[in-house]
Amino acid sequence: MTIKVLAFGIAKDIFGAASVSLELGNDSTVYNLQYALEHEYPRLRQLKSYMLAVNNEYALPGDTIHERDEIALIPPVSGG
Amino acid sequence: MTTQIQILATPLDIQLAIDWVMSPESGGIDVFIGTVRNQTKGKPVIRLEFEAYEPMAIAEIEKILKQAEEKWPIQKALIHHRTGMLEVGEVPVLIAVSAAHRGAAFEACRYIIDTLKQTVPIWKKEIFEDGEVWVAANP
Repeated sequence: MTIKVLAFGIAKDIFGAASVSLELGNDSTVYNLQYALEHEYPRLRQLKSYMLAVNNEYALPGDTIHERDEIALIPPVSGG
Repeated sequence: MTTQIQILATPLDIQLAIDWVMSPESGGIDVFIGTVRNQTKGKPVIRLEFEAYEPMAIAEIEKILKQAEEKWPIQKALIHHRTGMLEVGEVPVLIAVSAAHRGAAFEACRYIIDTLKQTVPIWKKEIFEDGEVWVAANP
């Protein structure tokens, strides 16, 4: 399945785009996606931390991803 | 509790926010106004740029307000946050809380801004004379 990942803040600089698409096996987890992203974009590992959000909720590594989910990479937040 | 949450690309209106949370049942209003500071760790800042993941930011702010309502008897709460370029002295965030008694308003307002800074997907970039940096992104 093709997964689109939205990027914000520094993640947009790392991806060089506001979103990227990746191929993942069906029933992949957030952990699998994180692994694939870090392989493609090693600079992600230099961030202080980051989270993945699925459908506007912070996701856990074991959560399953579905093709139509809205996925976003959330670097350390700094609002306010 | 009645709430108003907005992510805006235009200047925030402090008086409108205060008027919105005011009610005959309220005994006090607490307001937090974030402002753009002209330096960070001694280095002059020219301006800040804010970016938000809007639907998730609104969902996370809703969670914070729900938590605040469970902790304190607040009547109305308003949160406005800016996106885009802000010059020194401009207002990136505005929080107004009304309650029957001041203690609840003070504490809830502080809880809301402190938690917003930890969980809400909004990012700021500091722009200096000689470069720019996404705040808190790197160790």
